[in-house]
Amino acid sequence: MSGTQWGLAISVFLACTVEGVEAVTIVLAVGTTRSWRSTMTGVGSALVALAAITAGLGPALTALPLGVLRVVVGGLLLIFGLQWVRKAILRASGLKDLHDEDAIFERERQAAAGAGGVGEGLDPYSFTIAFKGVLLEGLEVVFIVLTFGANQHDVPLAAVAAVIAVALVVVAGVAIKGPLARVPENTLKFVVGVMLTSFGIFWGAEGAGAHWPGSDAALLVIVPCVLAFAVLNVALIRRRTPARKAVHA
Amino acid sequence: MSRIRAFGAFLYDFVIGDDWRIAAGVVVALAITALAATWWILPVVVAVMLVVSVWSVARAQP
Repeated sequence: MSGTQWGLAISVFLACTVEGVEAVTIVLAVGTTRSWRSTMTGVGSALVALAAITAGLGPALTALPLGVLRVVVGGLLLIFGLQWVRKAILRASGLKDLHDEDAIFERERQAAAGAGGVGEGLDPYSFTIAFKGVLLEGLEVVFIVLTFGANQHDVPLAAVAAVIAVALVVVAGVAIKGPLARVPENTLKFVVGVMLTSFGIFWGAEGAGAHWPGSDAALLVIVPCVLAFAVLNVALIRRRTPARKAVHA
Repeated sequence: MSRIRAFGAFLYDFVIGDDWRIAAGVVVALAITALAATWWILPVVVAVMLVVSVWSVARAQP
């Protein structure tokens, strides 16, 4: 595998791990509190919907000319990645609450417990929460897999990395039967944001007709520069606002 | 109609997120890059947009 393919596989793996952890927290909270059958029906339905979206968008994306694909998808990836980096900087600076799976699990569990009784048939609450949770987190996985895979002309590699990540998270969630709070999610989000932004910068500029000095090797400079710039911003904000209270930004 | 609006709101939140200026900056930077065919414009604009976005939140704190 080339360096770019390793970058692709690692980025997709980490991104899918984060999204998988968030989806598993929601599914476990609703499943253990209400109805496993309805929850798993919701999970299955969401997976079918995600498969249909992937089947529809995947071939359409890969059919685009490489230049168009890279400028459009590279731009989308860059906007998407900058959202992640922005939130990661705000979290690491103390300006935004850290992502806490234990707290989210407890909140979802209490909401599920307070949502009325569970009847004999399909429980609409369990179904809807599980469906929405898996679909929304899954859409991010699909977006990342398709954009990375299509740009690199290696959707299968991106898909394999995603499947391994999600499988590991599901196995861990089933084994622990609780939120995967020990996964360093905030750090992973920071790293994923840096990777998405770096690849977005690289592919976006190439798609727009620019040529990077050193071609693919430019990524070896872009990734550390984006990381260093993000860390520098965190340090400067922390120094300016040492005891600031986190807010929802 | 409300479903279309809800889907539009979801797409906006999914792609654009909390700060629309970042998305606008990226689009403008890509357009300039396409015109100038120069690699350094995009990283410079990205750096500026990121600083503007995170520091506007930092400065808004009392």
